[in-house]
Amino acid sequence: MADTAVSRPSAGSFVVPFRRWTGVGLPTLALLVMLAIIFWIRPAAMSYFGFTLLFKLAIPLVFAALAQMLVVMLGDIDLANGAFVGLITCVSAVYLADQPLVAIAIYLLLIASYAGVGLLIHTRQLPSIVVTLGLSFIWLGLAVMVLPAPGGQAPAWLSAFVGWRPPLLPLPLWLAAAAALAAHLVVSRSSIGAVLRGAGANPRAVERSGWSVLAIRVCVYAASGFLAILAGLLLTGLTTSGDANIAPAYTLLGVGAVILGGGAFTGGIVSPVGTVIGAMTLALAGSLLSFLQVPSTWQIGSQGFILFLVLAGRVLLGEKPS
Amino acid sequence: MNKVLEPARPPSQAHCAAHPLVGMRGVGKSYGPVRALEAVDFDLASNEIVGLVGHNGAGKSTLMNILAGVVQRTDGDFMLEGTPVARWSAAEAHRHGIRCVFQELSLCANLSPAENTRIVHRGLRGLGWKKRAGALITAALDRIFPGHGIDPHLVVSNLSIAERQMVEIARAYTSTNEPIRCVILDEPTSALGHTATEQLLAHIRRAASDGIASILITHRLNEILAVCNRAVVMVDGGIVAVRSTKGLSRSELVELTGHVEAPRDRQKKDRSTPGRPIVDHRTELAQDKVVLAAPGEIVGFAGLDGHGQRERLRDIYKTMKGGQTPVAYVAGDRGTEGVFGLWSIADNLTIRSLKTLRRGGLISDEASRTLASTWAKKLQVKAPSIDTPILSLSGGNQQKVLFARALASDAAVVFLDDPMRGVDVGTKQEVYRLIRSEAEKGRCFVWYTTELEELTNCDRIYVFREGRAVVELADEAIETGRILEASFGGGNG
Amino acid sequence: MTTRRLPLPAPWTYGFLFALAMWIATTAYAGIGSAGATLSSAIVFGAFSVVVGTGQMFVIASGPGNIDLSIPSVLTLSAYVSMTAMGGRDDLVLVGLLAALAVGAAAGALNFLAITLLRLPPIIATLAWSFIFQSFAFNFGGEATLKPPSLLSQFAVWRVAGIQVMPLAVILVTVAAAVALRRSVWGRQLLAVGQSEPAAAFAGIPVKRVRLTAYVLCSTMAGLAAFLLAGFTGGAALNMGDAYLLESIAVVVLGGTSIAGGQANAVGIWGAALFFNLMATMLNTFGIEVGVRLVLTGVLIILVVAVVPRGRTG
Repeated sequence: MADTAVSRPSAGSFVVPFRRWTGVGLPTLALLVMLAIIFWIRPAAMSYFGFTLLFKLAIPLVFAALAQMLVVMLGDIDLANGAFVGLITCVSAVYLADQPLVAIAIYLLLIASYAGVGLLIHTRQLPSIVVTLGLSFIWLGLAVMVLPAPGGQAPAWLSAFVGWRPPLLPLPLWLAAAAALAAHLVVSRSSIGAVLRGAGANPRAVERSGWSVLAIRVCVYAASGFLAILAGLLLTGLTTSGDANIAPAYTLLGVGAVILGGGAFTGGIVSPVGTVIGAMTLALAGSLLSFLQVPSTWQIGSQGFILFLVLAGRVLLGEKPS
Repeated sequence: MNKVLEPARPPSQAHCAAHPLVGMRGVGKSYGPVRALEAVDFDLASNEIVGLVGHNGAGKSTLMNILAGVVQRTDGDFMLEGTPVARWSAAEAHRHGIRCVFQELSLCANLSPAENTRIVHRGLRGLGWKKRAGALITAALDRIFPGHGIDPHLVVSNLSIAERQMVEIARAYTSTNEPIRCVILDEPTSALGHTATEQLLAHIRRAASDGIASILITHRLNEILAVCNRAVVMVDGGIVAVRSTKGLSRSELVELTGHVEAPRDRQKKDRSTPGRPIVDHRTELAQDKVVLAAPGEIVGFAGLDGHGQRERLRDIYKTMKGGQTPVAYVAGDRGTEGVFGLWSIADNLTIRSLKTLRRGGLISDEASRTLASTWAKKLQVKAPSIDTPILSLSGGNQQKVLFARALASDAAVVFLDDPMRGVDVGTKQEVYRLIRSEAEKGRCFVWYTTELEELTNCDRIYVFREGRAVVELADEAIETGRILEASFGGGNG
Repeated sequence: MTTRRLPLPAPWTYGFLFALAMWIATTAYAGIGSAGATLSSAIVFGAFSVVVGTGQMFVIASGPGNIDLSIPSVLTLSAYVSMTAMGGRDDLVLVGLLAALAVGAAAGALNFLAITLLRLPPIIATLAWSFIFQSFAFNFGGEATLKPPSLLSQFAVWRVAGIQVMPLAVILVTVAAAVALRRSVWGRQLLAVGQSEPAAAFAGIPVKRVRLTAYVLCSTMAGLAAFLLAGFTGGAALNMGDAYLLESIAVVVLGGTSIAGGQANAVGIWGAALFFNLMATMLNTFGIEVGVRLVLTGVLIILVVAVVPRGRTG
């Protein structure tokens, strides 16, 4: 009997690991190539201390990118992510050291407002791109109100934490690995993760199976807000001060990391491990360019070029378009 | 591993006889002033198979959506085993063992069959849930579609449409800690091949003897006559007849839906001079026939679903698009490949002909309206005016607009991509007549269809198997037996 | 979709209504004497937003996910190239205009090539190009501001019988865009592609060509805005495009164009642009501090999208 299903050769056994590999593998490859170039130019960088320096600034971006990834997973986009991280640095630098309870209350309020944004977007069926566009003005405005000019002081414990030297690996690598593992377990492996990704791809089907997509969206937005707060805290610790305009680039770099890591805007298709590595790749690209002594006027352009180069790899390896 | 797969115990016979599994009294649904469902009475016993028949827009889907808890009824009473139910939702329905296979595929394409199974079963969680879900769906697939060859951990977007449909059907028959008592199947076979369809029908019968009732909605009336105990006929939002299928004939059933089936009138065309072909398409594959079609000819693509007919049709269209011969394409998947949902009938109808509607560089409103109303009338599109939004039409009428778009254009060759899927009998007959009369005027049609009886409208057909056009049949040779034989590779294949 | 048929004004008129409210509020606060000046300055500044917004509208209308984030850097780069080409000479003004438009057109084509050849989401493709264009602008102009020829500066503020010519010219651009959307073959095809790409392909529409045109037009409009803006503000400067990243998107959406594609409104962009500029003036006049002003701007954007009825959801 030559029925469809029977006669078709099962392509799965080969295709699946291959496609999984390109999601995580490409940014990994890019990361390794960049590291190799850096170490070749300056072998001294190949040390505990060198790694710490190279990846120090990647860590806040990793968390911001994961926050963005959760929103992209639902088929939305958060254009206010960078402004929000800036706001967190301001709040942390002003309140966290002296009035920690006020700071925590503000964080909780901000998580609640992220959830509220999810609620608004879902119930009014608004395009997330416009709502978060408006939000970026609000976060920036609030940040300027909290801290009109860059300054403030990060609490000592926060600066101490980001300066901590754990055994075996430098702190940035521990943090990146922990973030990647935790997000992978929740989003890609757990049974609730399947429902979340399903809600991003086919909300109607998930709704029909008796789940509340509204509740899912509210929770995922709140989680995204939480991760963005972590990003802001780490950034405050690194810079030891607050600045409303410190992180506008995080929005688009975060989106870039999600896509670089194998995610797609269609909803439901994201890879936490890929996103983390994508964020580290993009952050490292900046360091690489200064190591290569690319003139500062060409650095940002080269970053765009590297983005193209890595993404072009997907086409060459024949991955389906996202 | 089989422990979880046992179907829930059927309720005792005595209990059943006293109360039907589902009882609806005067259930209706209104959307504002629009009445989608009149007050209907509907019963279902726990070991019964009921066939639901009617045109598009007759209210079948509304009735079933109410039963599945997706749509809330606006009036009437709903009883489950004699107990009145006030609040009803998708989650409630699922908890009480009512499952639904919806007409449009409702799997999440980014997840695997195992993960899709998890979405409907809250019990599948904790360590090792993926393995359990995989075993659950594989067992259901093995039971219903033996030899399916589907990997439960492969992402659904890599599966063919037929395979996705199988997964969706199998998923409805999986059970963890919740019972299954009734499965609603809305056009389940339209995407399935011949073998899979037979397997499904056999399974529905088996399930009924195990106490799982089924409600089958299909336009393929033979399937209803073959497996159902009762046929329920709906017209214009109400139930007009409930008949036992014993001794019921196909034409009686068609008549009940308000249509008289036209006898197959295969006119002898005088095709002494077939003319020079305007379609001449060959591929690199060995033993793949050259597809030829001349003006005035209706050429059909037959074979089991998914054997390369659609791909070849699209290939030919893409090669010819923008070339010397003007071509048009009527898509079968209306929702995603056919209609422009924001537009009116007129806008949808004229989009293929814009260039001819220009007066002095800009599109003339008057010329567009004339074209649109002429063709809307010719195809008897049922709508208040040509400015009616296309999405407010029934599926059959939307399909007519798509036909009108192609026929109103300058196309010499019209490609039909299984356009009659899910269209009611009356509309079909009207369109067949139109296709034949257009062919007589010299248009050429290349027609891919999954419905065997449609092929009798063709002058010549190519039968496809495993991605190739392997057999060519003409005129009297076009006949069900020979098509099936060629599809399965028997005889001279 | 829910079609509530309440007698509400069409979505694209909301920008105008809000703008009117802002104008009245400002006038009430600052006195009637300032009303004319407030409006005319809003019209002039609004005209620049309208030019970039109209381009962005074509791209957004071409389908879900289509958006051009390279507008600010294309604008800056075009301005530098154009100012360099003219070198401050009045007789080369036309050359400068052509240079600005050419840079824009080339940038649009490059954006689209990256989207199709590398199969990238438009957000990513236009973002990566914007980095590259920005580097080019850095190297072209450095930190210096290049001065425009005096003829161009005069045109930017030229008045005939008290009416400014430049905004009038932009109104003509809007009219042309509106007619193109309704009555030209390309405009209809663009909206069809925006609603459903596969359906458009099967209706015989050259999808790629239609989209390419949208991207090229968008960047060309950015080039045109660069030329006019440089004339108005006294030259090309590195940060001259920054404000237009978010604003170009905001005016399109508030102007009644669906972010999901397939439906566009050119006239509404004027309402949204006036609303934006009058709001800024109003908050300025009230003497509100910058943080609060930003918050109010954000709240109003969200409020407008949340309140305005839409035919279809994004």
